[in-house]
Amino acid sequence: MTIRSARSRHMANSAILRISTLAAMVGLAMLIWILGVVMKEGFGAFDLDFFTKLPTPPGMAGGGLANAIAGTIMMTVLAILLAVPISILAGIHLAEYGKGAKLATSMRFVTSTLMGVPSIIMGVFVYTLVVKPTHTFSGYSGSIALAIIMLPVVVRTTEDMLNLVPVALREAGLALGAPHWKVILQIVFRSAKGGLLTGVLLAVARVSGETAPLLFTALNSPYWMHSLNEPLANLTVTIFNFAMSPYADWKSQAWGASLLITGGVLLLNISARLAFRDRNRNK
Amino acid sequence: MKKAIILCAIIATLAGYPPAPGAAEDAGSINGAGATFPAPIYLQWAYQYNQIHPGIRVNYQSIGSGAGIQQIKSRTVDYGASDAPMKAAELDSNGLIQFPMIMGGVVPIINVSGISAGQLKLDGPTLANIFRGKVTRWDDPAIKELNPELSLPAKAIGVVHRSDGSGTTWIFTNYLSSVSAEWAKEVGADKAVAWPAGNGGKGNEGVAAFVQQMDGSIGYVEYAYALQNRMSHVRLKNADGNYVAPSRETFAAAAANADWTHAPGFYMILVNQSGKDSWPISGASFIILPKQQPNAARARIMLEFFDWCYRQGKEQALKLDYVPLPENVIALVQDTWKSILNAEGKSVWP
Amino acid sequence: MALRSRFRPVGEHNWGDSLFRWITLASMWVIPLLMAGILLELIRNSKLSLAKFGLGFLTSNAWDPVAGNFGALSSIYGTAVSTLIALLIAVPLGLVIALFLAELAAPKLSALFGTAIELLAAIPSIIYGMWGLFVFAPFMARFVQPILGKYLGFLPLFQGPPLGIGVLTAGIILALMIVPYISSVTREVFRMVPPLVKEAAYGAGATTWEVTKGVTLRYSMRGIVGAGFLGVGRALGETMAITFVIGNNHSISASLFASGNTITATLANEFTEASDPIYLSSLVELGLVLFVITMLFQVAAQLWLWSLRKRLV
Repeated sequence: MTIRSARSRHMANSAILRISTLAAMVGLAMLIWILGVVMKEGFGAFDLDFFTKLPTPPGMAGGGLANAIAGTIMMTVLAILLAVPISILAGIHLAEYGKGAKLATSMRFVTSTLMGVPSIIMGVFVYTLVVKPTHTFSGYSGSIALAIIMLPVVVRTTEDMLNLVPVALREAGLALGAPHWKVILQIVFRSAKGGLLTGVLLAVARVSGETAPLLFTALNSPYWMHSLNEPLANLTVTIFNFAMSPYADWKSQAWGASLLITGGVLLLNISARLAFRDRNRNK
Repeated sequence: MKKAIILCAIIATLAGYPPAPGAAEDAGSINGAGATFPAPIYLQWAYQYNQIHPGIRVNYQSIGSGAGIQQIKSRTVDYGASDAPMKAAELDSNGLIQFPMIMGGVVPIINVSGISAGQLKLDGPTLANIFRGKVTRWDDPAIKELNPELSLPAKAIGVVHRSDGSGTTWIFTNYLSSVSAEWAKEVGADKAVAWPAGNGGKGNEGVAAFVQQMDGSIGYVEYAYALQNRMSHVRLKNADGNYVAPSRETFAAAAANADWTHAPGFYMILVNQSGKDSWPISGASFIILPKQQPNAARARIMLEFFDWCYRQGKEQALKLDYVPLPENVIALVQDTWKSILNAEGKSVWP
Repeated sequence: MALRSRFRPVGEHNWGDSLFRWITLASMWVIPLLMAGILLELIRNSKLSLAKFGLGFLTSNAWDPVAGNFGALSSIYGTAVSTLIALLIAVPLGLVIALFLAELAAPKLSALFGTAIELLAAIPSIIYGMWGLFVFAPFMARFVQPILGKYLGFLPLFQGPPLGIGVLTAGIILALMIVPYISSVTREVFRMVPPLVKEAAYGAGATTWEVTKGVTLRYSMRGIVGAGFLGVGRALGETMAITFVIGNNHSISASLFASGNTITATLANEFTEASDPIYLSSLVELGLVLFVITMLFQVAAQLWLWSLRKRLV
């Protein structure tokens, strides 16, 4: 082992430390750059029309993205309704009935793998399974695609959160004679509520920014939603279409939509963190 | 429990979010998808029509001719739109009917600092060589020869083509194949080809956007896109040897040659037409419908919309430098509409 | 609460419990059914091209819709190169950021910076695409690529016109997207290093960097590799950010300035419009290839992390 002078060791040390500080700064700078651009361009697009009017054809001024905002909210809510009950039930099984069992381990494995499937594959899947046979692009198929993406996320977080609830709590409930399912639903659940909410919020945050799965399922529309069984306007596909266009007002609206989505997603993320911290604090 | 109630309330409100007036005559939206070539005028028409008939919502998604054909074949939309017409045999085997809706021109656009719209002159072979990747700089002797009075920069040419299946590409590559034997052999003509060079933009919109952004680039778009975004177009040498600029008049000159009566399925290629004013890269855009229409009421609404576009939509089309179909061709088209049948086998039109 | 009413004789069969257990079991089975379903649907819809091209699909550079000849190579190449660039940038960057957060920064600053880095992961990928297309690509075209071309242009990697869009820009944006994953997993792994060993090293007079190099990194190496796997998984599936800036060109070029294509961008651009059955089938087969690659990576990552957990426990 070479014995290096104290000086060279300290120089190497401070060099590395300076580099790592620089790296963190670079990371932060990128974040500020991206958010800054989104906010600057996005706020420029915000006016009353943006939130209340329908899109106009290119070349016509005015117009807004009101239907796309409503459509995105609609599909996200529907996706939550489709995915959350099943995911929570699945997570319950893994946490409560599956401890240590080989089946449960493989299930966790498959869940993690499903989480890693690219969202565009989900879009292809729902297209071949739902859109083609029903002969229409639809808000339903878009919601289904989003729900499939949410499923494994919520299953994992549910399982993790339920596992954090102390066994003693369950045993107390069982000792009082309550049936197992009541113990789970009324005792364990209540205790893990904050964490479960965190999981759902994170899944929603992940899904609200998704574009690829909606490209082949919900498509887009310049009108208000009249039925979920027809193409549904949504913010992300609108951004995709408008951004690649040469029209200045469309591009500006794309930024406005980007700001809305980024703001929504960040808000959801921060709420998720707060919900989790509150839950921990209340313990 | 309370949260569930609140959630249901939110959904109920959202479901009724737009208090849609006149929802009585609501037939659901009529969904069309396809070519980006005519999208500027199609979107205008759908919008205007919806202003007049609030219950009728024609939802046109400009996703490319290839997509339009694919989606109408799968019957996931009510009508498809394509600038690359389907051949009669393919139409028959898919139970579809096809007719032209509008005509226009494909225009090479450039973004070269120092050269303004209409200044640059190109001919077919040079254009083909640019897109073949053989002519790679703006000051190449081939270009200089055609433009002796211009000072061309020593810049690399950034070729922009379509990344998606496009009728505009079909028209453009048909032109290149007809003026350049090498192109015809190496690449050919289709909605999507194996491009020898360049970047791909999605839709006419994407190509226009790329050319807007990249200095030194050249692309091809339908003329309305060049107009609406004030982009620099190019003058081309036509079959008669004249340099023409793209405009409604030069497109119409090319279209005057079209013999629609002898075109099965209205299949028509309008590139490199004779005529001293003819724009060499003109084309028509088509609507494709299923012949069998189980919902006769909806089919009727669709055809009435198209009829309105033919007659009342002319003015809007002219404003965007599209060429509306002449009266005799409209009559021909509406004659073929008689073969669109409802569930009982009776024709939907008139 | 009357205890009597809630008292049940021990051993009595409780149908409520069985029912509940079955419902949760069925819900759990939805996940593997979905996985299997996706795989089956992908195979079913790519039968045509599987039959026509066979394994040659993976090695063919063709993408000719006119002739009906398709090959996955150019898309796989673009996916691989952009992911590689992303890894080369994100792993060192993420490591060094994790070092900063774990060792250097005061707790409050660390929390702040940590949240900021994690927010980078929360930004939806289409936003990255927008920013990439309108801000970052022009920046690359005006400032970065000309410099790279001037000083490193002798390498085929940096030749060609500086257009901004292309594989390099896509790779850098990907790197930004996966840095948070790398840095947060690395932080977790750093935390798992037994403090006693670190204290001992400090006690012997080692500098922070020497402790990191000799102790922390040595303990964490496997975890960092796991983080790398995670990053790769994320990068492979990335669609929107890449589609905006990759240039959509089915070709293989040695230059990083060139435009290319990835499997995800190809799917996003061409899926709705594949009007020939063989075209559509080839696209679905591309999706199948991506599905299999990501699955293999996930499996490798899981196994690696599982063996890591076994070693630490």
